[in-house]
Amino acid sequence: MAAKILIVAEHAGGKLNPSTAKCVACASTIDGAQIDVAVFATDGAAVAAEAATIQGVKTVLTVNNAANAEPLAAVLAPQVAAVAANYTHVFGPSTTFGKDLMPRVAALLGVGQLSDIMAAEGAYKFRRPVYAGNAIITVEAPQDKKLVATVRTASFQAAAQGGSAAVEAANVSASLPSHTRFVSRSAAATGRPDLQTAPRVVSGGRALGSSDNFKIIFSLADKLGAAVGASRAAVDAGYAANDLQVGQTGKIIAPELYVAVGISGAIQHLTGIKDARTIVAINKDAEAPIFEVADVGLVGDLFTVLPELEKALG
Amino acid sequence: MSKILVGLKRVVDYNVRVRVKPDGTGVVTDGVKMSINPFDEIALEEALRIKEQGGATEVVVVSIGPADTQQQLRTGLAMGADRAILVQADTAVEPLAAARIFLKLIEKESPQIVLLGKQGIDDDNNQTGQMLAALWDRPQATFASKVELEGAKAKVTREVDAGLETIEVDLPAVLTTDLRLNEPRYVKLPDIMKAKKKPLETVAIASLGVDTAPQFKTTKYEPPAARSKGIMVKDVAELVAALKQKGLV
Repeated sequence: MAAKILIVAEHAGGKLNPSTAKCVACASTIDGAQIDVAVFATDGAAVAAEAATIQGVKTVLTVNNAANAEPLAAVLAPQVAAVAANYTHVFGPSTTFGKDLMPRVAALLGVGQLSDIMAAEGAYKFRRPVYAGNAIITVEAPQDKKLVATVRTASFQAAAQGGSAAVEAANVSASLPSHTRFVSRSAAATGRPDLQTAPRVVSGGRALGSSDNFKIIFSLADKLGAAVGASRAAVDAGYAANDLQVGQTGKIIAPELYVAVGISGAIQHLTGIKDARTIVAINKDAEAPIFEVADVGLVGDLFTVLPELEKALG
Repeated sequence: MSKILVGLKRVVDYNVRVRVKPDGTGVVTDGVKMSINPFDEIALEEALRIKEQGGATEVVVVSIGPADTQQQLRTGLAMGADRAILVQADTAVEPLAAARIFLKLIEKESPQIVLLGKQGIDDDNNQTGQMLAALWDRPQATFASKVELEGAKAKVTREVDAGLETIEVDLPAVLTTDLRLNEPRYVKLPDIMKAKKKPLETVAIASLGVDTAPQFKTTKYEPPAARSKGIMVKDVAELVAALKQKGLV
């Protein structure tokens, strides 16, 4: 039986999140798989049109319901589980959206879930990281059960555009709970590239010393057209916002260029950047573990090096 | 009588640099320091604070694991939990089985809130809380960084990719904790002594009548691919030159 894979689209503000095309890329590595995308929204037309252009997608299903105005897992899960009836696999992105939703879907379907799949070696054989990325395991899933999984977005390049999938409305009958209600959202509007998709990221650590000093990280990032990240130490110290945290407990990213400034390189941080193409480390401690993974390392005082670097970049 | 159930998982301490066994059958855990999963410590701290503010009358810590897990439960009791339940399991259980076990305990204990860590730092699954909420047919508030109780409701601020999101859930509910929810207290010596006298009930996993057969089979453990050795440069000029050579600037 060929795999029939349903991907739950992540979207906000009428726009598809790039994590969806990464899930499609993962599903596309499974031989002979049929890939459909489901958009759960109040009115999913615009998002569905975007999803239909992803190469490899056969059909985009829209499930419109006023209750879907906000991505509440308790409200979405029964609907996803209902649509999943016709599929062998259900994938979602390993973002906070997917991590919140997919295990709830799996439990409703009475099956387990594979988290953070980084490679498919077959329809029922996958690789995923454990122990903060210090071990990679190969896992086999039973073929007689539905497979629910989240896809580690940092491990896949977004599937290309240029597809032309059919868009269909899907009818879903599921009773939706009223015990969970959306109140508000506060997004750190920065005007800078998104940390999770940016090709370049500049991150600062505890060595910055204050939120005021952290401005030199923003300044270098702007010079490079990069997104800004931070280590847990910098976030905990209040130098940078929570949503900038890179690492096991924050965001896992895979940019072309990662510049770590004043970051020692704890295991939990390295987990978040292991797949970066080029890692540059600037740190005054020559023994800092970040230099073990850096492609280019410079030992020096960041308060001297960064202004010089900005100047040299013109 | 309003009760909070807190899940504590015994895991390899977060400071240990975990190594894969040479034969690829697992990671080295013999003689390695074990601790309470850091996110679960935060869950317990939150439960204790809720109780201290009058929002609960009892905090019960629960773990599923081998007999040695009593050590972690005793630590939880020393932090301030009232009693502990160990569901003794000699092999690891998957998150769905763990959720089924918690559901059995919920049927018996009828808690208002179940507080769990957002993920175990060993298997990095991030599933149990969500699965439990689904099986229990109750709300979930995951990645919580702020919890405010208002009668039979909880207002929870969640750490999401785009920033912070606040939701309101009716109780009972399952909450999972993010790092910044609180800073767990240290255990004091007299409390360790007192904790020895607190009740710790052991339940055989088989007595719960729950399907715990694993669904997934791990066939291989490997160390992550090593990065190729980098270069050290001595000044900014060399750094810029190296970046130019890589076509990055």
